[in-house]
Amino acid sequence: MTGRAESPTSQRLSTGVQLILRVLHHFAPHRWTHARLLKWGVTGRTLVIAVPYLWLLLFFLVPFIIVLKIAFSETQIAMPPYQPLVHWVGDKAVNLTLNFGNFLFLLEDNLYWKAFLNSLKVAGISTFFCLLIGYPMAYAIARADSTKRNVLLMMVILPFWTSFLLRVYAWIGILKNNGLINNFLLWTGVIDQPIVMLQTDFAIYVGIVYSYLPFMILPLYSNLEKMDLTLLEAAQDLGCGPFKAFMKITLPLSMPGILAGSMLVFIPAVGEFVIPTLLGGPESLMIGKVLWTEFFNNRDWPVASAVAIALLIFLVVPIVYFQRVQARETGGGVHR
Amino acid sequence: MSRKVPLFRLSVLVFGFAFLYVPILSLIVYSFNKSRLVTVWAGFSTEWYGRLFENQQILGAAWLSLKIAAINATGAVILGTLAGLALARFGQFRGRTILSSMTTAPLVMPEVITGLSLLLLFVAMEQIIGWPAGRGVTTITIAHMTFTMAYVTVIVQSRLATMDDSLEEAAMDLGARPAKVFFLITLPIIAPALLSGWLLAFTISLDDLVIASFVAGPGSSTLPMVIFSKVRLGVSPDINALASIMVLLVAIGVVIAGILMSRQEKTRQRDMQMAIAENQ
Amino acid sequence: MASGARNDGRFEPWKAPGAEPYIRIDRVTKKFGDFMAVNDVSLKIYKKELFCLLGGSGCGKTTLLRMLAGFEEPTAGKIFIDGVDMAGIPPYERPVNMMFQSYALFPHMTVEQNVAFGLHQDKVPKSEIRQRVTEMLDMVKLGQFGKRKPHQLSGGQRQRVALARALVKRPKLLLLDEPLGALDKKLREHTQFELVNLQEQLGVTFVVVTHDQEEAMTLSTRIGVMNAGEIVQVGTPSEIYEYPNSKFVAEFIGSVNMFEGRLIEDEPGHVRIHCPDLDGNVYVDHGVSSPPGAVVFAAVRPEKIVLSRDKPASADNMAHGIVKEIAYMGDMSTYLVRLDSGKMARVTQPNTWRHADDRITWEEPVYLNWHPSSPVVVSE
Repeated sequence: MTGRAESPTSQRLSTGVQLILRVLHHFAPHRWTHARLLKWGVTGRTLVIAVPYLWLLLFFLVPFIIVLKIAFSETQIAMPPYQPLVHWVGDKAVNLTLNFGNFLFLLEDNLYWKAFLNSLKVAGISTFFCLLIGYPMAYAIARADSTKRNVLLMMVILPFWTSFLLRVYAWIGILKNNGLINNFLLWTGVIDQPIVMLQTDFAIYVGIVYSYLPFMILPLYSNLEKMDLTLLEAAQDLGCGPFKAFMKITLPLSMPGILAGSMLVFIPAVGEFVIPTLLGGPESLMIGKVLWTEFFNNRDWPVASAVAIALLIFLVVPIVYFQRVQARETGGGVHR
Repeated sequence: MSRKVPLFRLSVLVFGFAFLYVPILSLIVYSFNKSRLVTVWAGFSTEWYGRLFENQQILGAAWLSLKIAAINATGAVILGTLAGLALARFGQFRGRTILSSMTTAPLVMPEVITGLSLLLLFVAMEQIIGWPAGRGVTTITIAHMTFTMAYVTVIVQSRLATMDDSLEEAAMDLGARPAKVFFLITLPIIAPALLSGWLLAFTISLDDLVIASFVAGPGSSTLPMVIFSKVRLGVSPDINALASIMVLLVAIGVVIAGILMSRQEKTRQRDMQMAIAENQ
Repeated sequence: MASGARNDGRFEPWKAPGAEPYIRIDRVTKKFGDFMAVNDVSLKIYKKELFCLLGGSGCGKTTLLRMLAGFEEPTAGKIFIDGVDMAGIPPYERPVNMMFQSYALFPHMTVEQNVAFGLHQDKVPKSEIRQRVTEMLDMVKLGQFGKRKPHQLSGGQRQRVALARALVKRPKLLLLDEPLGALDKKLREHTQFELVNLQEQLGVTFVVVTHDQEEAMTLSTRIGVMNAGEIVQVGTPSEIYEYPNSKFVAEFIGSVNMFEGRLIEDEPGHVRIHCPDLDGNVYVDHGVSSPPGAVVFAAVRPEKIVLSRDKPASADNMAHGIVKEIAYMGDMSTYLVRLDSGKMARVTQPNTWRHADDRITWEEPVYLNWHPSSPVVVSE
């Protein structure tokens, strides 16, 4: 997705940017702020780190602490609908009430267990099918002529730029009882009763595979495209058939791509809300949907928070693993 | 090597792209259906497009979403560029691991968790410091910036990783201070990456339903929220019309970008050949 | 191997008593984590010198150069340029410019803008910038290319833009990182001489990093040979070639035959070394300073050995063997001779005659001998 820096239009663009920046540079108040900041021991370098750091600290990390806190508090009918954890008792003593009730509730109620397990199952099966469809596609694109390669890649990314919600919505029209597939099958006479596909787990699988396919293809493609093709020639030269060469060379070397793609599909799919809501039936339990219902319909913020924490615990291992892979792919950024 | 594409690869591509595009095409085809029942064909009509443009609720939500997306994309590019710069160019510094974890985690974090946690933060902040008062455009924008800046960071970081850092060293060697080096050398060179980061942040924000639903307040329904409340009740032909317009806009943008890129590539090739030819 | 024509006693400030070095590197060490990139290096470089840092990859030569430019701070030690301590002075405030190995031309600027960049940073008046850029581009013969972008230039032209950009600021010191590394062989030879001419014309001090010994030999007034973060020898090209001070330098520069032996006679005027690989002893007509009995190496360059079918008159400095390989290289031929001890020796002989029917050929027994002034005695 990143453009090439040296091409003429981008240069024209760059020159434009440069011009604007040069003008800004001459009028910017940085001349005096610079000196003032330095007096406080603040350098440009610190600022570059501090701004995104503090932003993420406040809007990404702190929220989790609050979720954790609310998961341990009790529901009350008010706004906000939960009780504070810490009470001031007298002058100095602090009374901390940790309420494990919400977590016990999750453990006791079968609904949550089933929802968690079902989410993992659905995400796992969908990831597998994404890989099954995505790998051959990524492979075929990576081995296409270099002129066609960019067009094909663009065609993979293109659906991603159109609304996710609308693409899921499209499947309602295809899968429903009087939808595209059933109409076609009835018309050809293969069936005389419409097959129920919408509001089943099947529809959820289709929806997830369809929506997340580009996330599987892109990392796989960038991995396969980088591969040195002479390795395959060497393997064939040493007496390996094409299939065996694929199994012994291509597949093991593309493992990082497979893992990155699978994580990109699996982790968000576990918490998916839109797809089970629109395509699945009322009884299809997915944890994202449960959390949403607890929060919006039951207005039970503490239980919703407890569900979120439990989901995070499930996902912490794959997320940390994904970050490792990601850090390796971007080269870690540390030079020398 | 034969010039023919092997049958297997060809069929994989045909099947794969059919899977990706048939649903989108079906949306467009049915948007011209006269029948209210969407999938039962009853003749050609552009009626639903007319209806769409009379629907004030959808138009208002679309305008709001575009505004949020544009502000968000700009903010995300600024934050993401700073984070990408720090991660790609500053070597080891204290807190680097935390920063890089915080920028990659939002890429895969389930949206329900991000949405819920941000809402709880906004509620708590309102209680403690009185800001942001209520929820609406501000809270949606902040939430979107937080998770779209992760995408920008990844783009910027990988662009900087492939950029020759001796360019920056050369500028410094010629007497430019670090800030000036960034504005005169780094920024112009990575500008195309920033543009694609901006577009990505814009699209993601325009597309987001779950996080916006958590942090939106009354009267700040974004386009996805309005669409969702409609399609929850089943198919509706004016949504098909809306989808077709969005697909058309994206397709036009992509085609233009493609033409520009291939033309550039040609000029570039010609320039390079010229330089080589002249030298002989 | 062309040895520098400029080093024959005319420009030798390092020999002048009391001459102030222009650059003084004083016991500089640089560590990256546990890795010792530069280890306790001291060096003096004089004004208008063209000094080459020569060594294999990872020997620390580039790190040393980057410390001069200010991109790395020494872990220990000090660097003085023109008497000023460079500690804590950032690259943009040093009177030093650098030409990068990748040239690092700004892709979004034209040739003129690239060359003018440094002058703009110094707030030089517009009219003067224009004049100096034009002058500089003419000097590197790129006058008509000013409006081009870097990608519209060939490799050789880019190299000259990079040079012009670094020189236009009239730095006191120019650092060049593998300046000719990206050029093909023909262009490289041509550019070598241009570079030397330009340096003499402008009177700028050059410090060049290279791994190419031929390049170092042709360009430099002096060479500093580096290995594993240390400077192993500093000297003029001919000193380095003819009087290497260690086994490493002798083997690194050109090719050489190493005969291990023991010092049996050590007089001020001559030494005699017993080498088990040779038939006689090695007799050297100059003294060395090693204790008798020490294990030393007699290094003899291949071109300094004479091949003959007849047994040489002297019993020293000779060996007997059989020709195993002959490589014909046009101007000369290289013979690999297996000595009676089994050791392989390399001998090069000029091809003086076009047709020589009695040329020494494969599997022929031959005698090797050399003049007593030829061997250099080095220790490990």
